[in-house]
Amino acid sequence: MNLETPKKFAGLKHQAHQVAANYFRPISRKYDKAEHAYPKELDLLAALLDGMNAGSPDAIGATSASKRGAAKSLEEGVKNGGNLSALLGVMELCWGDVGLLLAMPRQGLGNAAIAAVANDEQLQRFSGTWAAMAITEPGTGSDSAAIRTTARKDGDHYVLNGEKIFVTSGERADSVVVWATLDKALGRAAIKSFVVEHGTPGMSVTRLEKKLGIKASDTASISFSDCRVPAANLLGNPEVDVQKGFAGVMETFDNTRPLVAGMAIGVAKASLDRTRELLKDTFRFDYAKPLLAVNHAEATLYRLEAEWEAARLLTLKAAWMADNKQPNSKEASIAKAKAGRVANEVTLKCVELAGALGYGEDELLEKWARDSKILDIFEGTQQIQLLIVARRLLGKSSSELK
Amino acid sequence: MNADVQGRALAILNRMAQADWPDRLNLRKPFEKLIYTGSRASFRLAADRAQKGGLRTPRKPDPDALFDLFLSDEQQMLVDMLASFASEVLRPAAHDADANAAIPAELLNQAQDLGLTFYGVNEVHGGMAGERTTVSNALMAEALAKGDMSLAAGLLVPLSAANCIRRWGSAEQQQRWLPAFVGESSAPVMAIAVNEPDALFDPLKLATKAKRRGKHYHLSGEKCLVLRGLDASHLIIAAQAENGPALFIVEAGSKGLQRLPEPGMGLKAGATARVKLKGVKVAADQRLNAEHFNYQSFLDHAALAWCALAIGTGQAALEYVTTYCNERVAFGEPISHRQGVAFMVADIAIELDAMRMLTWRACARAEQGLPFHREAYLARLLCAEKAMKIGTDAVQLLGGHGFTKEHPAERWYRDLRAVAIMAGGLQL
Ligand SMILES: Cc1cc2nc3c(=O)[nH]c(=O)nc-3n(C[C@H](O)[C@H](O)[C@H](O)COP(=O)(O)OP(=O)(O)OC[C@H]3O[C@@H](n4cnc5c(N)ncnc54)[C@H](O)[C@@H]3O)c2cc1C
Repeated sequence: MNLETPKKFAGLKHQAHQVAANYFRPISRKYDKAEHAYPKELDLLAALLDGMNAGSPDAIGATSASKRGAAKSLEEGVKNGGNLSALLGVMELCWGDVGLLLAMPRQGLGNAAIAAVANDEQLQRFSGTWAAMAITEPGTGSDSAAIRTTARKDGDHYVLNGEKIFVTSGERADSVVVWATLDKALGRAAIKSFVVEHGTPGMSVTRLEKKLGIKASDTASISFSDCRVPAANLLGNPEVDVQKGFAGVMETFDNTRPLVAGMAIGVAKASLDRTRELLKDTFRFDYAKPLLAVNHAEATLYRLEAEWEAARLLTLKAAWMADNKQPNSKEASIAKAKAGRVANEVTLKCVELAGALGYGEDELLEKWARDSKILDIFEGTQQIQLLIVARRLLGKSSSELK
Repeated sequence: MNADVQGRALAILNRMAQADWPDRLNLRKPFEKLIYTGSRASFRLAADRAQKGGLRTPRKPDPDALFDLFLSDEQQMLVDMLASFASEVLRPAAHDADANAAIPAELLNQAQDLGLTFYGVNEVHGGMAGERTTVSNALMAEALAKGDMSLAAGLLVPLSAANCIRRWGSAEQQQRWLPAFVGESSAPVMAIAVNEPDALFDPLKLATKAKRRGKHYHLSGEKCLVLRGLDASHLIIAAQAENGPALFIVEAGSKGLQRLPEPGMGLKAGATARVKLKGVKVAADQRLNAEHFNYQSFLDHAALAWCALAIGTGQAALEYVTTYCNERVAFGEPISHRQGVAFMVADIAIELDAMRMLTWRACARAEQGLPFHREAYLARLLCAEKAMKIGTDAVQLLGGHGFTKEHPAERWYRDLRAVAIMAGGLQL
């Protein structure tokens, strides 16, 4: 048993940390202020990452988190592969800035969806695309099976109609992976995802949100009106399989939830590090006295650190399971639930511990405390993760435990 | 190379062969398998070591090691075996052991048959402890505690003492004390006494003093909540010596040493005791004096044992409330259909796994020879808080029934309160 990060990832972690410290941090505040301005600095960085990723099996970014990666290697024994390396990269980059990471070209969650469910031809065709992911609608978010955007087969095309909101990078990306139903009457099994390229007639961005945090990342509303998409852009199996149709799409989440948890780990670490830095002359942080015998502020930091470590290890565990082809839905949700709430608590508490300094805009602490909130909401809210975990534990269906 | 390892495994097997309880409880097969592979693994270790020349080669952490949560085959079998022992033997005995504040004699015999102490004694002294034992010990504690926390704690006292002497004793001290733990008759009970009766007790600031007088130390002070302090033949006492905190092996019958029952809120079967020392004379060579003696590390190995017990107990609680909440009906459907209930169950599972990850990491670092004080500190902190939350939520989920002794939840509640409080007592 070993819970240390293996040496083979040290280079990747170091690189990602350098990017976070020297590339993200200096422009962090700039794009927090200039909401909706595209961080053009990211183009160069994305190109650099593409180059790095092409030359290394341990890529940074969402696309390398996939069960496919694990399936490729046939050797026996424990594996540390694409899911872990992607996660470690994300953690470091989000120590720099969550919003900027989310705004990175070609690292969208849509890319993770493509990586997870596309067939080989599609993988080939969509390689290099930057794909956003559009599930949420004005009328439904958590209840993703209730989406109302429709896809009607018409010859070699599907015709999409509906309204999507809160699409991360929905305007900037090259394409959007859109969830739509082939037949509302057939329920969740009829939900399929389609790659829709920007510029397709009938697709239009109608609005950009102004938000609490992650302002460097754009959040778009997109409407589809008789938008014709090539049938070959339907990801996965076009048949409506009432047994497992929805499960296929949901599988994406087993891979992406640990990544969002990783984002939470990264931003929480940024807050912890900075707060300790600010307090370094006040406390020793030597773990020497019993918790009850140290100053309350120091004890609080120890407690937050323990919670953070726990969240980090749970997240590594979920990714490790994916690398080792173990079913990990429960563990992915455990990681997301724990990391989401811990990051939110840590970043808010750190503002409080740093006092006026933490609240003011001279420091990034207040920004991190705003950025962290979304991580307990998207890719399934805290409550949705608890539902998933509880249903697994108790053996309940979604109609029994609603 | 030590060729006796397999012989030793055979000796335990023989002891098991003579007992009839493993058959009654269907434990024979898993146990035989365990002994077989256990000895094989020890063989391999011993051979490795012989090749590298000598027993005391310092462990080198493997920088290329992958992140790995799989248990080894041996660990898996150990866990399976102790899990059946816990569910078949410990759980049924737990209620009465709690009420009678004692471990039943039969249970002590059965535990002796299990040969737990062999995992605390190195091969040269007749045991089967390899180089990396901390994780395995934690897994053992966790598995046993799933049966019952205070029985597990009580049964682990001899193994803990062996671990303590193996780790913190000099070569001569190991030679003198360890063989008894793997001998024909029952392993000696040596109780580890650290806690003192002070509010906000800090184990680094011991009020118990050891004054050097020529070839002896004189120990004075008071120790509390000493697990199995009453039936112990010896006590391993933490006291402040001239040059720092130290551990002393003290005969229980020594002049000036008084023992009194000290029942607590829980850990009843562990028969906790108050120990008073008034100028107790202890030979200087009974101060554990390995060259690398490290009191903080001793405390950390103890804290991790309590973490492991908390995890096992929490796992028991999780499984119990899962079943109960599915069976209990209120307002026309199982209470588990309500989020207010289901989310509490989910949170137990989440925090339990959090406790496990922190504890395993600290143990894995410890056995790899990496610094692990920070990790042990954080594990203890998290386990202390979350374990109590699990204890109180388990009672809550059972409602009024949880408050009665018809269910184990109230016992877990009392036992889990100890996790934040115990210093020493055990040693992984
Ligand atoms: C900045 C940002 C970026 C986003 N990016 C994307 C994106 O790229 N693609 C995309 O598709 N979506 C995206 N989203 C949408 C996000 O995933 C949803 O907002 C989220 O899933 C919650 O849905 P909702 O907002 O409709 O809340 P609701 O579903 O209305 O939930 C409201 C509250 O009720 C709780 N709740 C709901 N159902 C239950 C239940 N059964 N039991 C208990 N509690 C429940 C929720 O936990 C929440 O607290 C983004 C959102 C934001 C703000």
